[in-house]
Amino acid sequence: MKSKVSEKLMEFVFLISACVSIISVILICYFIFAGGTTALNKIGILNFLLGKDWSPTNIPPKFGILPMIMGSIHITIGAVLVGVPIGILTAIFMAKFCPKKLYKILKPLVNLMAGIPSIIYGFFGLVIIVPLIRDIFGGTGNSILTASVLLGIMILPTIIGISEAAIRAVPESYYEGAIALGATHEQSIIFATLPAAKSGILSSIILGIGRAIGETMAVVMVAGNQARMPAGILKGIRSLTANIVIEMGYAADLHREALIATGVVLFVFILIINIFFSIFVRRVN
Amino acid sequence: MKKLKHYRHYPKSLLILILLILSAITTFSILFFLIGYILIKGIPHITPSLFAFKYTTENVSLFPAIITTIIITLLSLIIATPISIFTAIYLVEYAKSTNKLVKIIRITTETLSGIPSIIYGLFGLLFFVTYLRWGFSIIAGTLTLSIMILPLIIRSTEEALKSVPLSLREASFALGAGKLRTIFKIVLPSAIPGIFAGIILAIGRIVGETAALVYTTGTAAEIPKNLFSSSRTLAIHMYALSSEGLYINQAYATAVILLITVLLINTISSFLAEKVLKENQYG
Repeated sequence: MKSKVSEKLMEFVFLISACVSIISVILICYFIFAGGTTALNKIGILNFLLGKDWSPTNIPPKFGILPMIMGSIHITIGAVLVGVPIGILTAIFMAKFCPKKLYKILKPLVNLMAGIPSIIYGFFGLVIIVPLIRDIFGGTGNSILTASVLLGIMILPTIIGISEAAIRAVPESYYEGAIALGATHEQSIIFATLPAAKSGILSSIILGIGRAIGETMAVVMVAGNQARMPAGILKGIRSLTANIVIEMGYAADLHREALIATGVVLFVFILIINIFFSIFVRRVN
Repeated sequence: MKKLKHYRHYPKSLLILILLILSAITTFSILFFLIGYILIKGIPHITPSLFAFKYTTENVSLFPAIITTIIITLLSLIIATPISIFTAIYLVEYAKSTNKLVKIIRITTETLSGIPSIIYGLFGLLFFVTYLRWGFSIIAGTLTLSIMILPLIIRSTEEALKSVPLSLREASFALGAGKLRTIFKIVLPSAIPGIFAGIILAIGRIVGETAALVYTTGTAAEIPKNLFSSSRTLAIHMYALSSEGLYINQAYATAVILLITVLLINTISSFLAEKVLKENQYG
């Protein structure tokens, strides 16, 4: 009898634990959205989203976050342009061209790359990429280009890891069929195996986009952080994430609420990306 | 040589091959360059004064930051590990996969793992720091991070539990053991390496975290007196040093310590993951 009670009790404990993540998501959504909506009501959604002027300390203050939205979009596209080709090509190399012994070394290195903290990437960007861009192109070096290159590097492990798994999951018969038709090893992989891994590769890109748009510290350290509309790839920019981190320390009242609303916009972006991701994952399965 | 001659008839294939190799070289040389550069520039600046017991603006000691990092890591694990393991047990051992609740739990853990750290930080600031009036404190940061690492440990524990062969459970039931006893005496022990791999991943995430902690634990540089005092972890310490711009050498040294920690954590976790793989082959 006693053991039956403890069985039931522990099952209940397991159930409650399982509900913690549900409660957490509800709490996070509630506090972020509730905190942001007051600002959205006071400023007006359209003024907030489409306003090109962010000057929270002016009298009267202006809260338009279009520059930051554009900033995030620009550096994310840049990161995709830098990271996706290199990432996918590296994934193909690792899945189909790399000797087994070399693979045993490379795979942990990709994991290591994913484990390096963003603050280290940011520091690396600050001491290496910023001076490099400054020397080659002039300007301050803190620019859309710098942030794009750095984020491109940071999303590499995400793209390599998932794409490689997707390429490996393609049945060998695709490759063999192409070889039998007289294609070379390279042609078979690029034109037969790779198209079959399309969904997996796309989901790796989506996940990479999610990582790039949510990245904060590395971007803050290299992007220049000027709150203005993008003025060229060699000019500085501020992302949504940077806006929150830079100003939250001293913001009060409506300014603070506007920053939380910036978080809401970022959160919505991320949720949309996540939905896309799970659609693709389901398609793969 | 023979292979190269073969490519003479297929210049495009050769081009593809060269592109692939170049990309791989680019990826891994960036990694080596990053690690090498930081180690070479940083190691000479690791001096005894960096490890002084008390932080001053003179020595910018990282000792208090190390203490805080250890405290926050331990506390977050103490909170998150049992919850995560229990969740995984519920998902794998109790719930039917068609269960609506299971679907919701899966969606929420997926959502949690996709939320960027700055949103966690914002939530921590709004809920723990402001709403619960705890102020910038170790406890606010710890709880924020505990939520953040839930999906990491849940996922790896789930995988580990799933990989335990059904026959082990059946044998235990056949000997008259109850479900609970089977889980704790038979299933969990064989899943331990996988669970550890998840925990170690979580440690890596905590040690490297900045954005979620800046506005929850704050940035005070002293050793925390209690759970409600503000303090900075190594990662925040490094952010503070490099953004002030005055202590670039010390920032390099801090980067070395962080990097070595992450390297160690990674080595242990891939070792454990390999062990799980091997055991499953025999299972």
